[in-house]
This record gives sequence, C-alpha cells and structure tokens, in this order.
Amino acid sequence: MKFSFTHEQDEFRSSLRRFFADHSPSKEVRRLMDTEAGWERAGWQALNRDLGLAAVRIPEAFGGHGFGFTEHCIVHEEMGRALVCAPYFSTTVLGAGAILNAGSALQHEALLPGIAAGDTIATLAATEDGGRWDAASTTLTATRSGNGYRLNGHKSYVLDGHTADLIVVLARAPGSTGDAGLSMFTVRGDAAGLKRRPLATMDATRKLARLEFADVPAELLGEEGAGAGSFARTMVEAAVCLSNEMVGGAARLREDALAYAMMRMQFGRPIAAFQSMKHKQADMLLEVELAKSAAYFAAGALDEGDADVAATASIAKAAASDTYLQTAIHAIQIHGGIGFTWDNDTHLWFKRAKSSEVLFGDAHFHREQMLQHQAA
Amino acid sequence: MSEINEASVRAEVRAWLEANWNPDYGLVEWRNKLVDSGWGAPTWPKRWYGRDLPQAMVPVIEEEFKRIGAVGVARVGIRVLAAATILTHGTDAQKERFLRTSMTGEEAWCQLFSEPGSGSDAAGAVTRADRKGDHWVINGQKLWTSGAQKADWGLLLARTDWDKPKHAGLSYFILNMRQPGVTVQPLKQMNGHATFNQVFITDAIVPADHMLDREGNGWAVTTTTLMHERRGADALRGWAVASDRRGRIYEEERAEIEVALAPYKWYPQRAGRIDLVIPRARETGCFDDPVVRQEIAKLLVLAKSAEWTARRARTAQEQGKPQGPEGSLGKLAASNVARAAARVHTQISGADALLTGADGALNGTIAEILVSVPATSIAGGTDEIQRNIIAERVLNMPRDPSPDAGKPFRDVPRNAVG
Repeated sequence: MKFSFTHEQDEFRSSLRRFFADHSPSKEVRRLMDTEAGWERAGWQALNRDLGLAAVRIPEAFGGHGFGFTEHCIVHEEMGRALVCAPYFSTTVLGAGAILNAGSALQHEALLPGIAAGDTIATLAATEDGGRWDAASTTLTATRSGNGYRLNGHKSYVLDGHTADLIVVLARAPGSTGDAGLSMFTVRGDAAGLKRRPLATMDATRKLARLEFADVPAELLGEEGAGAGSFARTMVEAAVCLSNEMVGGAARLREDALAYAMMRMQFGRPIAAFQSMKHKQADMLLEVELAKSAAYFAAGALDEGDADVAATASIAKAAASDTYLQTAIHAIQIHGGIGFTWDNDTHLWFKRAKSSEVLFGDAHFHREQMLQHQAA
Repeated sequence: MSEINEASVRAEVRAWLEANWNPDYGLVEWRNKLVDSGWGAPTWPKRWYGRDLPQAMVPVIEEEFKRIGAVGVARVGIRVLAAATILTHGTDAQKERFLRTSMTGEEAWCQLFSEPGSGSDAAGAVTRADRKGDHWVINGQKLWTSGAQKADWGLLLARTDWDKPKHAGLSYFILNMRQPGVTVQPLKQMNGHATFNQVFITDAIVPADHMLDREGNGWAVTTTTLMHERRGADALRGWAVASDRRGRIYEEERAEIEVALAPYKWYPQRAGRIDLVIPRARETGCFDDPVVRQEIAKLLVLAKSAEWTARRARTAQEQGKPQGPEGSLGKLAASNVARAAARVHTQISGADALLTGADGALNGTIAEILVSVPATSIAGGTDEIQRNIIAERVLNMPRDPSPDAGKPFRDVPRNAVG
C-alpha cells in the first residue's frame, strides 16, 4: 500500500522505535562511531536474534521473512531516526539486494540463509576512486582463471567494506567498455590478495573503505555480462531504502529542535513563542512530510513493480537529500551556539545528513536521472 | 437490521439506482428523488435527507453513481458549506427551509465573512447587526465574495455586541441577497479577471429567525463553515467535472457547472500549470539546458511530493485514522509549488515572459500563470496564517499574544477605512 500503513506495519514501527530508543541512545552511537569497525557483533546479533531484521526482505525459502520493501523501509526509517550503528544497509540492501538481483537460484540458496540469520555481513563494491555512482565507469577487471575468476583493480567508498564477510564486486571483462562486459562477483572478506583500508569518514556513523584487489579469487554471481542491469536495479532499491532512512533522521532532527525551542528561554519566554521560530518549524514539518511521502510512495512502487519506479526512486532521493540537509541546518540554527558543539548530538545527524546526501548520488544527480527516466 | 459494510451498502445503492435512475429526468426533479432517498447525502442523519452512513462508505456510493452515470445533488459553490453549517447549527425550521433547495441546486449561496478591514483576522468584522423588533438591520461592507451576483442567500458574519471582546460579539445570519439594501459590485484583480465581489449592505433586513445558532455564538458557526471549506476544497474540484454523457439531465448539469465555474477559469493558472512545463521547455528548445533541467526537476519533485502527501492525508481520512500532520500541509505546499512553477515558466519563456494576451506565449496562458500565482499564497488563508496554524495546532507551539483578547471590541485599534 502506497498511501497508508496497515495496523501491523504501524505496530512493527512502534516496537522498533522502542527497541532502538533502548539499544541505540546517542551515548551508544558515540561509543561505536569511535571504533574502527563502527559496529559490534553482539549488538548486530541482538538485532537479528531478537528482531530478525536482516531477514525482513529475504524470501522465506532462504530463511527470511519474505516481507516487501514497505516493511524493509520501516526498519531503515527507524534506524535513521536512532542513528543505529550496524552494518544493516550494507548487508541487506547492497549485499543481499545485489545477490537477489544478480544471483542464480543456487547462489540464493547458498548465500542468503547466512545473511538472513545475521551470520554473514555483506556489501557491494561498485564505486571506484572517481566517486561515480554509475556502472559504466567501472575499471576493475575480472579475468577468467580455471573454474573461477581473478579480480584486479580497486574499489572505494565501499560501505562497511573493511568489515564485511562477503563482498559483491562489480567488474568488467578486460577490454570491454560502457555497460557491456560488466558482471557481478562475490569475494570473501578474507580473500588472498584483498587489501582493505578503512577511510576517514566525515560521518563517523557510516563507515567506508577502500579495497585493493591483486589477483583476488572471485566467483561469478549470476550471468556473465548482466552486471549493469542488476547494478542499476540495486541502485534504485538503494536510493529508495536510503531515502526512507533519511526521512527518519530528518524527522528526528525536527522533533529534537522543536523540543529544544520549547524549553530554551530567552527574553523571558521560550524561543518557540517567537513567530520566526514557529514559521521555521512549520516549514520544516512541511518539507519533512513531503519527503516522507515520496520515500513511502517509492517503497510502495518497488513492491508493486511500477514501471516508472526508477524515476520515483530518484524523486524520493532528491527530496530526501535536500530535505535532510536543510532540516539539519535549521536544527543547528535553532540550537544556536550549543548546536555547534561536539557534546550536543545535533552534529551526529547533520553529518549523517551530509553523507546520505552524497551517497548513491546527490540531489542534482537524481533530478537529472528522474528526467531521463521520465522521458524514457 | 443487517450489519453495515461495503458490500451491503454497494448492493443497496446499486439496487436503488437501477430501480430509479433515468437520464430523462429534469435535474431538479431527479435531485428531489435523491434527497428523499437519502443517497444524495448519505452521511447525514436519516431525519435530514441522509442515511447515517460513515464517511468511509462515501467512495463506494460515488463509485456506484459513476458506474451507472447518475447525477448527484448540487455540490458546486458555497451551497455545500451553507448546508453543512445549517445542518450543524440550524433549527428544524431552518433545515426544513434551506437544506433541500441547496441540494437540488434551486437556490445559490455566497459567504459574507471577509471585509476590507478584516482579512486574516476575520473575527475583527465590523459589519453591524442591530435588533429592531422582530428583525435585524444590517450595515457594512463585505469583500472577496464569490458568486454574490447569483446568490439567493448569504452566510453573514456581523457584530451584534460592541462591548464584548472580539469573538464574543459576533453573530451569524442567513441574509436574503435579493433585497434593496444589498448591492453587489465585481472586484477587478491584478490578472484582469473579476472572480470576486464587494457587497455593500445598507439597512438590509434579516428576520430574527434567520439567525444561525444563538446571538454571540457567530464565531463558532463561522468555524464550522471554514472547517468544511478546508475539508471540501479537494472534493469540490472533483465534483465540478461534468459528465460527457448525452441526455437532458446531463445537459442541465453541464450548464449548471459551466455557470458556476465561469469565474474560475484562471484557477489552473493560479496553481502554476505544472503540466505545461516540459512541453513548453521542449517547444522553446531549452529542455536540453542542464540549468533549466535542474529547475524543472526541482519543481516536479516538489509537486509530486505534495501530490503524494495529499493522497496520504486523504487515505488516512477515508480509513478513519486520526489526522496526522500531513493533513494540514496541503495549502502551504500548494503555494510553494505555484511559486516554483512561476519561476520555471519565466525561465523557460525568456523574453516571451514580457508579453501577454495574443502576443504572449501560449496565447497569454503563460502570462496569466505569472500574474495569477500570487493569489495562491493569500486566498483562503495566507501562508503566514497557515504557518501559525501548523505551529500552534499541529506542533503545539505557544500561541501568539493577542492584545485584543478580553478587551471590549469598541476599544480595539482597527483600520480607519472599512
């Protein structure tokens, strides 16, 4: 359903919100963001043992719950609100998503149950040093070698790339160009010849890595030469899921800024009593609710298999990118000087807004994508 | 009595329509039958031409009407607000007198709230009503009155007590527009159209039993009318689409809608005409300009998000869920969309944006967009008032101080004119 959540979905959201409020207070976010991994196995297992979250969108045949994007996106939105530090997006949207989109039935059977159980952390390595979000700019090569392949080259901006157990890699056949000759491969995180370096991320709650591949053994995922299509589909799903995560964060920022304005006294009254504050808050609510509508609609469009889902996904990502950052800017402004300090939590969401704005293409990129998909 | 559910209501309305609908009826004749059956206003009480059905059944009933092609009760114009207000606040005699003719379309209504001296602050009305024996004598001036020339009756807000504070001194009347003391003058707007009127009221008479609710309770009644106005804004547009079927009753309905909508021909332009943006950009050759493309896409993202937000609000309402914040945002969103659209149309048109009428782009339509959009953020509650409402009622932020509250109205500073 695109325009309304069912009672069960509302209940699911409430229980997640309670769980994350207990398990991911900002103190815990700050503790984990200071670690190199950015997450801990114990917390990740709690998410999966208690809530089965990695399994939400994985089909029942492979140990999952078989829900749709609407439910999956409720998880992202609630995680975005609470800034949960876990390899959830990388594992479920990028890793499992790419495997579902590219892999054969046998590979689904082999790879998905481990992800659903929370045992396997997975991710997708596609973008390279150029920082482009398209498939065609891929330079990393895959060369046939015996029964398998060998990967040579590099990947960058890989979400949880230094901690993932399983890495899906987009690579091209030597000598190929553009969207042709691209395939997906799976690589083990501890494979010989793979060097992984965590990058210093401005948003410490979102860990990225640069990977170097020197003759790394890899297994072909799905069909050879079909990589561009399954990558494009995975990026559409990623844009939608991230948009939902983003509107969760934006709503949280807006609510926290409002609570602060209601209690902050200046000139003998709460600053929330000033019309400049009221109008700003009204505009923030409008922007956040509009971005939410686009994110929800896009999740529904994926579930319903809408033909123009790529355009819809880009609308959602463009709206979320502008809105999350603008909300963060307003939130810091409303907090005043204290909002610019490290000890105040606002900057944690501000930085998440910035990293989300750029990840998988910023608003400019998606506005152009939207027009191209619409025209198509 | 059997349980009320979608299937039972659908079956019942379908059976009734199949037994009774006939496109050869005259419009008023058919609507009188509808009124008697209760299917014309199914959510109203049975005692007053309704069937006591929940709101959630309305789409089902509308589907059945559409399926068979049956015409509904009159729904264009202020009559819908008049009926809803009288239903809530009226005496039995008032309901008897006014509900049926508003539903059949035999009588038309207008709304007399705004004044030259009170726009956003409608409760600051200074039109006076003075009691003389068994009637009230009305004097004052009203503004922004749509449909006043054609109206038989007006919903009038007037001051009956100048010693009470602002809101408490108001009463609400049903004013006969067809009397010598009422003069209607069209008001020319900056876009050249004259959709609204000024209404000058000089010693006009209202019988005492045409007061709605009790003396001094006029603001509560006004709130009811305004609430229905906001709620019905979307529905009204939907109902103002005439069927293209052939037959006497359809001709009559088409004529009714055409007359009612004639003053609003510029309203699509007021909303920004998003639909024209890409065709115009292709036509002028700037659809390949990356700067223009970004601006077009920004507009489309905004418009789509606003459209989906309205659908979210409507779905929640249909499902009887408590209204979320998304229900209060439509008007402000529409202002943002319209303003953005005017900017993009200017960018696309270039020098053509200097011209109007036959010399202008699209035979003047683009120019009409540019000079009509400013109405969007004013009419029906300015953006600033909308933001106050959202902040105070949705976000529970502190209310603005009201220096006029509690003061006798005669001591409140007000505009010299009006």
